[in-house]
Amino acid sequence: MTAAPALSVEKLCVEFRTRSGVVRALDNVSFSVAKGETIALVGESGSGKSVTAYAVMGILDPAGRVTGGRAMLDGLDLLSASERQLADVRGRKMAMIFQNPRTALNPIRQVGRQIADVLIRHGDVTRKAAPAAAIEMLRAVGITDPVRRAKTYPFEMSGGMCQRVMIAIALAAKPSLLIADEPTTGLDVTTQAVIMDLISDLAKKLGMATIFITHDLALAGQRAARIVVMHAGHIVETAPTRDLFVNARHPYTAELIAATPDSATSLDALASIPGSLPDLRRADLPPCRYSERCPRKTERCAQPLPVGPPEAVHTIACWNPLPERAISAPKVNAA
Amino acid sequence: MTTLLDVADVSKLFPAAGGPGAWARIKRRFVGGPANLPQVHAVDDVSFAIGKGETVGLVGESGCGKSTLVRALTRLIDVSDGTITLGDRELARKTSRVFARDRDRARIQMVFQDAGESVNPRFTAFNAIADPLRRLRKLRGAALEERVSTVARQCGLPAELLSRFPHQLSGGQRARVGIARAVAVEPDLLVLDEPTAALDVSVQVVILQLLQRLKRDLGMSYLFVSHDLSVVRLLCDSVLVMYLGKIVEAGPAAEVFAHPLHPYTQALVAAVPRLHDDAGTQLRLSGEPRSPIDPDPNVCRFYGRCPRGMENCKAAMPALRQFGQRHVACHFAEEFLPRP
Repeated sequence: MTAAPALSVEKLCVEFRTRSGVVRALDNVSFSVAKGETIALVGESGSGKSVTAYAVMGILDPAGRVTGGRAMLDGLDLLSASERQLADVRGRKMAMIFQNPRTALNPIRQVGRQIADVLIRHGDVTRKAAPAAAIEMLRAVGITDPVRRAKTYPFEMSGGMCQRVMIAIALAAKPSLLIADEPTTGLDVTTQAVIMDLISDLAKKLGMATIFITHDLALAGQRAARIVVMHAGHIVETAPTRDLFVNARHPYTAELIAATPDSATSLDALASIPGSLPDLRRADLPPCRYSERCPRKTERCAQPLPVGPPEAVHTIACWNPLPERAISAPKVNAA
Repeated sequence: MTTLLDVADVSKLFPAAGGPGAWARIKRRFVGGPANLPQVHAVDDVSFAIGKGETVGLVGESGCGKSTLVRALTRLIDVSDGTITLGDRELARKTSRVFARDRDRARIQMVFQDAGESVNPRFTAFNAIADPLRRLRKLRGAALEERVSTVARQCGLPAELLSRFPHQLSGGQRARVGIARAVAVEPDLLVLDEPTAALDVSVQVVILQLLQRLKRDLGMSYLFVSHDLSVVRLLCDSVLVMYLGKIVEAGPAAEVFAHPLHPYTQALVAAVPRLHDDAGTQLRLSGEPRSPIDPDPNVCRFYGRCPRGMENCKAAMPALRQFGQRHVACHFAEEFLPRP
């Protein structure tokens, strides 16, 4: 990680004000992604993966508020930037692929036009040249017969095709940062493989930094160089992919790997994670939000979480991590 | 193993959207014209059997007819052709509306994908579980309460949650309600339509283990519909792979996943992300599936996306052929057979 980070998020804190109290959705979230690098944010639902992405993009729900931290992209702090500055950066320098392409696309606008809109606003393409450029984008994301497809509406296409259109929209202005929020949830595994190939190829070609959000640890492992594991609004562990799978040190990461169906040979061998996410509205949240579910809890866990050296490759937010190589490398699946 | 459910030559056709409109229909009626309206062949000549106590997985991409097949054999919709035999009873002859009041209705039950959406939002968990018991078992009063609490206990649903509405329950608890509701009437066959798709991995594990325990305790058979092959591998004894309305491969789950014979199954197995594996050199399917509207009966459904795709794939539809315990519908299946 010698390359300069394309995006660096430091101590990001986000709160949501709700009728039943303040939800502290993110607490001191720090990570960075280098130019051309792909990292994955992994965690169960409610862990704050999407909120992180929304905060960086500046599209948090009105009830949400960034209460601290910085997110630096090309010298601009996205968290304190004005809406006007953000509108220029979004689409041009950073773009996002959303989870459900059918609902994220405009249902009453032809897909070619939707791509042209972005090209005109952010891609320095003239109004006249935009339709042709949009067709080129469709071709680049592997849509056959792009001339005809440009004139179709999202409901006329399959989920995989819609996702390709969304990728075309996101990449229209050649951003330097791409956030993909569960881009293949709801697609078939065969389509998922093709779409993920497409995202990786284009990211490589454009030298983009990619943040890939998923709950599927196996998919993250396949696609990302580094994995950031989140739990209840905290980053619990960050490590290069291989290192994380072979040598997970945070108890939560280890449990998450053990619960992945792929890692087991029989259903009985799969381990579940006891307990559930703590209520983030509580005033007495422990410093380690996993401590109440944790089998390795000690007295030190009541103290603020340890902060590792910033240059560390493998960071663990835990006072009593699993010893190195404690988990034997899970058997490579024969199937 | 005795056969519980026998499905023979089942087809389900739907009139295609985008077919002729009202004017064309009137014209055809009075003036004449092509007799056949375009039809979607959602399920095309499917046969298989489920043994007593067996767990069968049904996999395939969206739009391949999994759900239509499942709906047909749970008798929620009528089949166009074919027979469905449960034990010694033929079920397909009665219309679904009549079958809803049949004494055998309770013998096939279904667990739907997302219990949050498939359970009546105005029913408490108790009422959701009690409803099928009231309708199919005619239980009332103390007997009903007793049965609901027994089932809830079996499904690991604490008694204090029974008074809650679906939106007050967590995803895992909702899944338990959906399962409890289905097993309350003691079915012989439980059809599960992606019961864990909406759940986190940690909760998924608990629900899968619950399903396995219930099967052991209650002696049910399962038809498990899923697109998550790693789950199917763990839970199922045998597996059916569907592509565009046809079964393209069937056999013992472990063997099918270890040595897939049909090119579609091969692509499917290759596309499953694995923890210790990178995406580098894998088989990919290009393009979109063929249209299910009036497909050419002499062309393999997989032709066009298939990496093999030879001349005779266009000339003759490959039949489902048997190789030991396995069935494959591909002209080239022999080439992939493991050498003895």
